[in-house]
Amino acid sequence: MTFLSLKKLTKHFDDFVAVESLDLDIERGEFISLLGPSGCGKTTTLQMIAGFVNPTRGSIVLEGQDITALRPEKRGMGVVFQSYALFPHMTVEANVGFGLEMRGMGHSERAQRVGETLDLVRLGGLGKRFTRELSGGQRQRVAIARALAIRPQLLLLDEPMSNLDAKLREDMHIELRAIQRHLGITTLLVTHDQVEAMTMSDRIAVMHGGKIVQLAMPFEAYEQPGSPFASAFLGKTNSLTGRIVASNQRCAIVDVNERQLHIPHGGRSLDGEVHVFVRPEKLRLSPAGDGLPGQVKTRVFLGNHWMLQVDTTLGLMSVSLPNIGEVPPAEGSAVGLTWSDDDLRVLPRQEAAHG
Amino acid sequence: MADATVAMPAAGAAAPRRKSSEGAGAAPWLLASPALLLFIGLLLVPLLLTVLLSFHAFDGARGVLPDTTWRNYVEVFSDGYYHEIFLRTGGLALGVTLLCIVFGVPETLILARMKSPWRALFLIVILGPLLISVVVRTLGWAILFGNNGLINSSLMSLGITSEPVRLMFSMTGVAIALTHVLIPFMVISVWANLQKLDPQVENAGLSLGASPLKVFWRVMLPQLLPGILSGGIIVFALSASAFATPALLGGRKLKVVATAAYDEFLNTLNWPLGATIAMLLLLANVVIILGANRWVERRFSQVFDA
Repeated sequence: MTFLSLKKLTKHFDDFVAVESLDLDIERGEFISLLGPSGCGKTTTLQMIAGFVNPTRGSIVLEGQDITALRPEKRGMGVVFQSYALFPHMTVEANVGFGLEMRGMGHSERAQRVGETLDLVRLGGLGKRFTRELSGGQRQRVAIARALAIRPQLLLLDEPMSNLDAKLREDMHIELRAIQRHLGITTLLVTHDQVEAMTMSDRIAVMHGGKIVQLAMPFEAYEQPGSPFASAFLGKTNSLTGRIVASNQRCAIVDVNERQLHIPHGGRSLDGEVHVFVRPEKLRLSPAGDGLPGQVKTRVFLGNHWMLQVDTTLGLMSVSLPNIGEVPPAEGSAVGLTWSDDDLRVLPRQEAAHG
Repeated sequence: MADATVAMPAAGAAAPRRKSSEGAGAAPWLLASPALLLFIGLLLVPLLLTVLLSFHAFDGARGVLPDTTWRNYVEVFSDGYYHEIFLRTGGLALGVTLLCIVFGVPETLILARMKSPWRALFLIVILGPLLISVVVRTLGWAILFGNNGLINSSLMSLGITSEPVRLMFSMTGVAIALTHVLIPFMVISVWANLQKLDPQVENAGLSLGASPLKVFWRVMLPQLLPGILSGGIIVFALSASAFATPALLGGRKLKVVATAAYDEFLNTLNWPLGATIAMLLLLANVVIILGANRWVERRFSQVFDA
């Protein structure tokens, strides 16, 4: 049975449509991310699940029980806020124990649970400190511990990593994922960071304009984007426009600037103008005269890979090359671009109008 | 840390131009001098003169005598009449401060939740009393408070009381009128404090299972203490030294310290005794306010250091 189900969930703020008829089913123990740019409605969706915002329409069903009208303090959900929202007038222990105290848990049992939870987030020994005496990373751990201490049915994470520096963020991704697996707690993460979503989630819901435009496992969402928006938001992509010339059972033959490309259409019926996408890492550099001719316009070294921009008759193409100890052709060199047509993706043009 | 980083570039910039920076030493004094002169001329000097005056003897027939004495202080400390006046004033100031906290803090929280046009409108409503002359405002209260006034006639016609409630010439009336005019100071002070809080802490409290009342009591109120304290100090000081409202609504018999000092100066013409009462009021105010400040800051040190 579905653990949490959002049915036609809608939120309008006066004339502004924040979330429009959103449907989402989450399984027990699943880690799911709402990924999208700011203003896509992801935080509003989380706040409706937490009960801080009342939906305009639609319902929220948790384990078969409609909780749409339930007050937030009755929902028993753990929330980690972007700003952490810790209680500065309480010690770390009191912060983490606050939810337990509200549940009427006795003093000794509470102290034990607080100790366990602080150990889980590796903050053991800092319980007597006040939150302002902690570093940013430690505060975030307190926020996570406070949400976990009440053993919530559902853990809601609202951009929890956005105040951490890059290195700490990467560590926390992996650690938080491990804690979530260990406790088996159903988790919903709201983020605009695609790396964060891909690192931690079982499934990613890409949101745009108050709607989920794609719901898939990270690999699938990246490899088979369901819309031009999803394709551009999850990682980098080269976008071309073309026209369908012919179509067979497996492939569409697309005319892109006088070149005929055979692209798997994945069962979509396509017609007329289309979008063609190819990821930078799927393009290969070959000597001039081989494949699509082009000229290296810029070349940037990024440590584990090189990023090139190649000027071709199809437009400017981004090419990502793994750093295998060789220096790719310099700016101004004539090169060729090759690829496997199976790595190309084709989507109807109309969707781009929305995206 | 912050001090060090701020100080370093300043020191670096000053080092090569040591001479000119020494020459600029007079500039801060020059710039501060208008305010300083005003402060010395209009506050320190009169205060000092009042202190000196309070140590002079007084004779009904001959007026202020040149010889100095402690007699005025002994008189105030030994006379039950003055004890009563000081206690009444202290009680009034404390009561008004508590009323301002009880009404002002929820008022501010409600104000903060209001949407755009209403918030500005109600802020003006709250600040309104400060915009009206004290005499007009107090006489307005007198019209409402009278035995046949609006409050009493509606209470009696509703059958809540059979006899008029004594509001005119009573401490109740004075406290109501002072709360009315001093509550804006509490609201502004708590408002400024509220702006500094993380807007999500209320939601955090709710998500952890605390009822809205518990969230207010355990999460919001402790964090609003600095604002309540500074608002409370202003309200206490102003109501302890309030003159016009107690004079007009309290009447001749229900004296507070400020009106008692006034009477000594202008009715009995015993200026030294009036000065003594005024000095003791100032002293009591300073001691109580500093004491309360120290106690609250120590008791709830965490919210003050943040």
